[in-house]
Amino acid sequence: MASLTLIQFQSRILNPIDLVVAAGECVTLAGPSGCGKSLLLRALADLDAHSGEAMIGEQHQSTLPPPDWRKRVGMLPAESHWWADRVRDHFSSVDAELLEFLGFNTECLDWSIARLSSGERQRLSLARLLSGHPEALLLDEPTANLDEGSGRRLESLITTYRREHDTAVIWVSHDPKQRERIANRAFLIEGQTLRPETWS
Amino acid sequence: MELIQLGPWDLSVAAVLVLALAAISWRLRLGVEVQLLVAAIRSILQLLLIGLVLKTLFAQSNPILIAALSLLMLSIAGYEVMARQQRRFKGLWGVGIGSLSMFISSFSITILALKLVVQVEPWYTPQYLIPLLGMMLGNTMSGMSIALDNLTYNAWQQRGTIEAKLMLGWDWDHAISEIRRNALRAGLIPIINAMAAAGVVSLPGMMTGQILAGSPPLEAAKYQIMILLLIAVGTGLGAIFAVWVGSRRLFDQRQRLRLDRLR
Repeated sequence: MASLTLIQFQSRILNPIDLVVAAGECVTLAGPSGCGKSLLLRALADLDAHSGEAMIGEQHQSTLPPPDWRKRVGMLPAESHWWADRVRDHFSSVDAELLEFLGFNTECLDWSIARLSSGERQRLSLARLLSGHPEALLLDEPTANLDEGSGRRLESLITTYRREHDTAVIWVSHDPKQRERIANRAFLIEGQTLRPETWS
Repeated sequence: MELIQLGPWDLSVAAVLVLALAAISWRLRLGVEVQLLVAAIRSILQLLLIGLVLKTLFAQSNPILIAALSLLMLSIAGYEVMARQQRRFKGLWGVGIGSLSMFISSFSITILALKLVVQVEPWYTPQYLIPLLGMMLGNTMSGMSIALDNLTYNAWQQRGTIEAKLMLGWDWDHAISEIRRNALRAGLIPIINAMAAAGVVSLPGMMTGQILAGSPPLEAAKYQIMILLLIAVGTGLGAIFAVWVGSRRLFDQRQRLRLDRLR
């Protein structure tokens, strides 16, 4: 139950942004590749240098230790990375209910990473992120590398999760139909600024 | 046994053999003959020069000159560590991390050895200090450059993994720990191999030299044991320090992975 607030927040390429993403709200971002949308998400996760301020609820980014900020504002990159052989070794805590919600049972923890399909990988990557209970989500084209079916499945799982947990979400998506399905508010990046996106 | 002096004739036999090797390389089109000859000439000149320098230094035993030569050796070693990195730190850090770690490990351990183990008076007697320091630097240099190279190269390769860990809220320390461990292990392997092979597979250079110079083999063995153990400690401490400073430098105050600090 926390909103994500950007105050004169400036990442590379883009002009400073003022934006409030309410708890439970999904804001989509779109724009040509290289327009700076991924860089904005990276800066919001405090992975890149930036200026201005961001807040999760009442907490300022600059006053929180970076690991705490990143736990509360969780980022899901387009491509998931895995460093051990087994699924289990990537989880610090196991939430059986969460795994079940994402379509797994706890047996999946013994699976080998190499044998996961790309859809399973992305869903497990989401499970890994959500098991830390982030209050806001930064999603960088989470369904871009998935086929239509797995993409839709992941999309509806995220939307259900967002509604149930009142999570603020910024979702970068290049698919206009997807944006129309998921967005409460939508923005296009034109030049170096955000413009509201509308559908006729 | 007396030391048998080598004359110009003895050295030219070895030199002619190198020329023959270069000719074979040229004939087989291996393409290394120029490098081989340049390296051979370099080593001849460098060694003759250091022979002359040491001759003067030993005669004078002037602390300032000894310190100057030690620092020169250190900075060349620091440069070599830097030059062997595929991805090295930009600016002064590039040469600084290696030099500082070697300064801390090699110098302190050499001085410790001279004060406590060999107990020469004064401890900076160049006949002992310079060869000991040289051996420490030469060996820690390779361990250090392997460890640092391993660290920066793997951080570069595994950027996605490191940042994935950061995104999950891991500390920088935790996110790089596996890469750091591997870098240290890689840096220590050469000296572990050298200790394991010592006397069985290879007769270490220093021991060979002392035996050729007429020392009783057991005395030479004792010196060699001391040197190997000290080198192991020096390489270990130096590599731990270098890898720790290096891995810290890969992250900034806000625990962001800063690969832009590498070139």
